[in-house]
Amino acid sequence: MSLSVTRVSTGYGRRQVLSALSLPALNPGEVTTLAGPNAAGKSTLLKAIAGLAPFSGAITLDGQDLAPLGPAARAQKIGFMPQSLPSGASLNVLETVITALRASGERAVTEPPETRAMAVLDRLGIDHLALAGLDQLSGGQRQMASLAQAIVRGPRLLLLDEPTSALDLARQVRLLSEVRRIAAEGRIVLTVLHDLALAARWSDRIAILHRGGLFAFGPPAEVITPAMLAEVYGVSARVERCSQGHLMVQIDGELSRSAAGK
Amino acid sequence: MSGSALLDRYHRQNRRRTALVATMAVLALIAVVIDLTTGPSGLPLSETLRALAGGEVPRGTSVIVWQVRLPVAVMALLVGAALALAGAEMQTVLENPLAEPFTLGVSAAAALGAGVAIVLGVTVPFLPPAWGITANAFLFSLGALTLLQLMGRLRGGGPEVLILFGIALNFTAAAFLSLLQFIASAEDLQQLVIWTMGSLQAVTWGSVAILAVVITLTVPFALMASWKLTALRLGEEQARGFGVDVTALRRRALLRVSLLAATAVSMVGVIGFIGLAGPHIARMLVGEDHRFLLPASIFTGALLMSAASTLSKLLIAGTLLPIGLVTSLIGLPVFFWLILRGRQAR
Repeated sequence: MSLSVTRVSTGYGRRQVLSALSLPALNPGEVTTLAGPNAAGKSTLLKAIAGLAPFSGAITLDGQDLAPLGPAARAQKIGFMPQSLPSGASLNVLETVITALRASGERAVTEPPETRAMAVLDRLGIDHLALAGLDQLSGGQRQMASLAQAIVRGPRLLLLDEPTSALDLARQVRLLSEVRRIAAEGRIVLTVLHDLALAARWSDRIAILHRGGLFAFGPPAEVITPAMLAEVYGVSARVERCSQGHLMVQIDGELSRSAAGK
Repeated sequence: MSGSALLDRYHRQNRRRTALVATMAVLALIAVVIDLTTGPSGLPLSETLRALAGGEVPRGTSVIVWQVRLPVAVMALLVGAALALAGAEMQTVLENPLAEPFTLGVSAAAALGAGVAIVLGVTVPFLPPAWGITANAFLFSLGALTLLQLMGRLRGGGPEVLILFGIALNFTAAAFLSLLQFIASAEDLQQLVIWTMGSLQAVTWGSVAILAVVITLTVPFALMASWKLTALRLGEEQARGFGVDVTALRRRALLRVSLLAATAVSMVGVIGFIGLAGPHIARMLVGEDHRFLLPASIFTGALLMSAASTLSKLLIAGTLLPIGLVTSLIGLPVFFWLILRGRQAR
């Protein structure tokens, strides 16, 4: 029972972003981070899995092929949190979460949608924002609201596209520890993160994408190495352990530029 | 505030919105009654109401109320409702607050169709002559929207592409209309210009019935799509993530918009402002939960159009102004005022 990505190719028009990318199986209970330089295809892979971008190859969840599923059936299994949420709508946070629950047309039978939406806001610590309009939210608050929309259906697979990009330090910790708790409930979590120290601290495994393919995959300590950082990101870096044993990534400089300076 | 207290506030807010929608409906009905009691024949209010109630009135009074005033008043109500609903759905599915049948060429195409009938005498064969202009206007505006959808589909159907095609259609139809006006005889030109200003004078119970049927057939489907439309306000990607088939939603909404706008415009001519302002005023009143926004738009449009119908009779004593002229002249300053007021309130 897992998410499997096999020989997936996708792109925009003629530009191919991912070519025949395969990932080892992603298991329930685990948080996997997708990392890599800009334009490596991280968001594109998330969108392909979420059914938002066409692809060739095979993506299966718990043995079921995702490609032939309609949008509503897919939304019951997958929660997707995009990079940004528009601010122009005259809707409050609670309304957006209820909409996330009701839009596919499937009605919750057990409890009223508004009760369930409110419980999710409470769980994320943003219940006080329930009746705040989207246009009154800060970037970080909007990101938390977006996470609430992604998890309210209790999806088996949660896809997060740079969920911490607008969050302050405390909220990064709150969001990622909540993501860990969600995974611990037996869900599969795949998230894009740019901050490798954050990724090392909060994920079970890291997939490094580079030039449309998988460069490395494994536990953080095996994947995040000076050699990988030099090859994939073009930086000279040290990877050390802090007094508590967590990985620290210290970037010293850009390789090509320092080489040019010599 | 605790979760249950917040939920209470949410439910209270929704009850307030329901009350606002009901208020708009009542105001629209009152506007129709006022519309019915005004007119050049100077019937006293009591006699108009007695004729409506089926009481004893002179035959002339009965004819004026039932055959002249009532179809016009009901048509104003229906046209306002149809255009505002079309505008609300269009603004959401094209993700643009300026989208409405008027800005995307539906009205211009209808006017071109009317022009072809009036100036060139080309219309649908075997129709009673009285229906020729209306039939042409309907076919041209429906054709414009179909063309818009087809071209949109060729290029992936994104909202930007649809809007650009709509604007191009608008200018194309306007250019051909100018050409027709240039070659038209003085008499035809006058008829065409008056048609493009929008008028309720040619309204019959037959045309009222047709528009009523179209509204009855489209409104339930629009209301059933409320949650999906609300989801689209959070962006296409988010809506698709929620399980909405955005392509199908957009196609079906534009089909409803086509039927509503083409029918309304072909019956009464070019009516600006209602399709734009109706949904905007409704949005200021009830927000963008489409369960409330769509009905609020319908009743706001109906109210605005009824008020415009009354004003068209009262603004210049003894003269009946074209209603499209009134909606634009009176409506736009009101609209600007509302926008500025809305900004300050934030």
